[in-house]
Parts: sequence; structure tokens; C-alpha cells
Amino acid sequence: MLFYIFAAVAVLSGAYMVLTRNLLYAGFSLLLTLLSIAAIYVLLFADFVAVTQLMVYVGGVLVLILFGIMLSSRVHDKSVMSENTNVGWGISISLLTLIGLSYTIWQAGFSSLPWIQQADTNVLGGQKSTVHLIGIKLMTDFVLPFEIASLLLLIALMGAAYIATDKEKV
Amino acid sequence: MLAFLLTLMLLLGIVIVLAYAERKVAAFMQDRMGPTEAGPYGSLQSVLDVLKLLQKEDIVPAAADKKLFKLAPILIFAAVFAGFAVIPFTPDLIPAGIGIGVFYLLAIISLDVVGLLMAGWGSNNKYAMLGAMRSVAQIVSYEIPAGLAILSVVMICQSLDFQEISYQQGILLNRFPGLEFEKNWLFGIEALGINTTNIGGITTWNIFRAPLLLVAFVIYFIASLAESNRAPFDIPEAESELVAGFHVEYSGFRFAILFLAEYSMMVLVSLVAVILFLGSWNTPLPNLTALKLANWTTGTVGELSGVLWGGFWLLSKTFVLLFLQLQIRWTYPRLRVDQLMYLCWKVLTPVALGIVLLAGIWRLLMV
Repeated sequence: MLFYIFAAVAVLSGAYMVLTRNLLYAGFSLLLTLLSIAAIYVLLFADFVAVTQLMVYVGGVLVLILFGIMLSSRVHDKSVMSENTNVGWGISISLLTLIGLSYTIWQAGFSSLPWIQQADTNVLGGQKSTVHLIGIKLMTDFVLPFEIASLLLLIALMGAAYIATDKEKV
Repeated sequence: MLAFLLTLMLLLGIVIVLAYAERKVAAFMQDRMGPTEAGPYGSLQSVLDVLKLLQKEDIVPAAADKKLFKLAPILIFAAVFAGFAVIPFTPDLIPAGIGIGVFYLLAIISLDVVGLLMAGWGSNNKYAMLGAMRSVAQIVSYEIPAGLAILSVVMICQSLDFQEISYQQGILLNRFPGLEFEKNWLFGIEALGINTTNIGGITTWNIFRAPLLLVAFVIYFIASLAESNRAPFDIPEAESELVAGFHVEYSGFRFAILFLAEYSMMVLVSLVAVILFLGSWNTPLPNLTALKLANWTTGTVGELSGVLWGGFWLLSKTFVLLFLQLQIRWTYPRLRVDQLMYLCWKVLTPVALGIVLLAGIWRLLMV
């Protein structure tokens, strides 16, 4: 029951985000979408993922987006509006994506997958959260992707700092 | 539902006391009397202030973005209040005992930032906009040293659960499920050979278990002042430049909500500081040979005495920190923007990074 409420909120606010012309409203409805997706994660016993999503997307990315919208010029004292361009291409690409995704989900036959059928059992068991498992997995099975991701972030950080510095010579 | 109401009541009570204390502390530090008319020593002043605010007209500026303007105070207060859900008030009283409470708290507070932007933009006012921008920039950048200081505690305690961290810092250590055979040593180092598991009191607080957390505590406290927009980090609401910052257009009940959210933020960051560094609801008095001070001032868990003693110690430590916040407000002048950023990025963040590294090494010494 809870799932349907949050899913409906996520879909509605997502649709509003796409359909509204006002970029700022789109940003704030993205907040609602992210919150309800976090709630769905919690319902799936993925508490760490839910909180990480809040931390990264709401605390970081969304604030950055809002800052970007607010710092860009107010046109004729009105909020920033988006315009329709590339209507034909946009519609065809999104339709193709929809068909591709539906086909993949249909082919997967998820109701027969073993881990879906076991989903009724309590996944966490005696543990209080998934943090310990995630930590152990990150340091054993997935240590290479983890380190590469951290290297990538470091490079992005250094690049951002380099772009932001004053270039005297130019 | 009961926890919600109880926490809200407690919070309202604390905030009213705090608003009164702020005016009295300010007055005494400036050699004035402060409020004296309403009630004995003016103690009803803040209650009357709240009543006055509730009666005022709720003005929504004609040029404001009405939906955002009305929604913003609710979002700001909801974000701060949601943080209280994971705060343990006594050994067995916690609204929501989730296993990743510390992480949740850090994440949910960042919702506050979105609310601030909403209020600043919705007001359609240059002062409000500038105030919100400054406030958000400040909060986002000071989250980093605060987060690193908290991370060093988490590394020492090996837990993201506020209640587990609380149990680790006192004589009730072995009562927490999963910690039955843990032991506390002086400064956390077994080689010193002084077992403090049953001594408790201040010797098992986190700032004592790993003395370098004292530095982390100072960093966290400074960063938390900035996160709750308190002086000396109050450029977001600098009266001489911005009139009042992001809430300049708000009046009546909506202003009351924003005011409440601001003071709740002060209370929340102080509570977190107490729980993570200053022993949570544990007594500061240690057991000394025959004088079982810690046992006497802890009460029995699960009974009324345990609840009362736990709540008493937690709240009194929080009030000491809140008093410190008020005192600092009337002691230090406001920082300029460049000084603010210098302090955050070139002083606090590098030191906090060093603390995180040292905390890891200290943890290795502890096992």
C-alpha cells in the first residue's frame, strides 16, 4: 500500500517536472521525486542507498541545479522558462527508449526470478542495517570499481579547481 | 505518533526557554536588564512573543511566488524536525532507532537548504534572495568540516547508530545488544591497563576515549555555529546589510515557524554534539572506589529513574552548549565572507581531514 502511494507521488511529480515550463518548479518537483524514490528504497530494505540518494542528490546535485537556475538571468522579471526544441527527435527517441525498456522488462520475466520470489522473507535478518555488508563487499569483491570511482572523483575535483582559478596569463 | 507529539512539545518548551535566555544573556553581557515586565524577571516574555506572532496578519507579498512562499517555512521546519527522529533522549527512549541514524541526520538536514532557497526565491525580494544565497553557500561549505568531524567519531565508535554510540560512552556499555563483552579502557588504549568499563562517567566519554576527538569537537562546534547561521557566522542575516536575510518578507505564523526552525536547528546541532562527543545521556560523574557516583546518577534502565536521569544529563549538557552559543554571539564580531571561506576551506577542512586519519590510527590502537 505504502509503495503505491510513493510510486504515484514519484510518477506524478516526475511528470510535472517534465511538463512544466517553469524551470524552478521543475527543480522543486525533482525534490519530491527524489524523496519518494528514497522512500521506495527504504521499503526495499535498502536504507543505506536511500540515505545516500538524499545526501548526494538532494544535498548536492539539486542544490547545484537550483543555484544554476537562480543565478542565470531573470528574463523580464519572470522565472526562467524552458522552450520546446527538437520536438520530433525528442518524441521519437523517448518512444524508442520506452519500447526498448518495456521489451527488456517483458523478456526478463521478473516474476520467475529466484530473488524476487524470496523477497517476502526478511532480508536484513538479525542485522540492523545493510552498512556492514556493503562495507565488506566494497573492500573485497568490488574494490577495483570502488577505487576507480574515487580516482575519477578526484580527477573531477582537480579539474573543477583548475577551471575555477584565475588565469593571469591569458 | 506519541513520539512525534512528545518531541514537538519538548522542542517547543526548549525553544521558548532559549529565546528568553538569549535576551537575558545578551542583556547581562551588555550590562542591561533585558525583559523585566512580563511575569517574574520577564520570564513570560517569549511566551507572549509567540502569542503576539500568532495573532498577526499573515501577509503574502503581491509580487511573491505564492506557492513557493507558502510552502517554504513548512519544508524548512519539517527538515529540521525530521532530524530529531533519530536522537536518543534516554537509554530506552528514542523516536526511531534506525541503524544508520548519523548518516540519516546529515542527509535530512541538507533538505533544509532547499527550503531556504525556496523561501529566498519565493519572496521575490533582493535582500531575501541574497540572504538565502549566502546562507546556503555557508551551510553547504561548512557541512564538510562538520561531516568529517562526525566521521572521525563514527570511525572510533564503529557505529552509525546514535543509541549504540551513546551506550559506548558510559557504564551501561554491556547492556546494549551486541556489545555485551566490550570493554572501555582509559584513552581507549588497552596497553595502559586501566579498565574504565565500570568507572564510567567522564572517563568513557568520546572526548576521553580518544582525546583527539576533543579537536574534532571544537571543529564540529564551530561548523555547527555556521550551519545554524549563528554569530559570528551570521552574514546571511546581517541586519546592517540585508535587513533580516531570507525571512525578511515573512510575518505572523509563518515567521514564527521560521523562527522555531532556526532555534530548533541550534538545539539539534547541540544535541548531536553532546551525543557524539560529550557522553550523550551518560552521567559525567565517575565511580571512584566506594563512591559509586556514576551508578547513583544513572538510575535503573527501563524504570522511571533511568529515564529521568538520562533526560536530565542530556538536556543539561545541551543547555551548556546552547549557552556557549549565545555567549559567543555577544563576544565575537561578524566574519567577512572571505574570512568565512578562509576559515572553512583552509583551516577547518584540512585539520578535520588530519583528524580523520589520526582517528583511524587511534582505532587501530584501540583493538
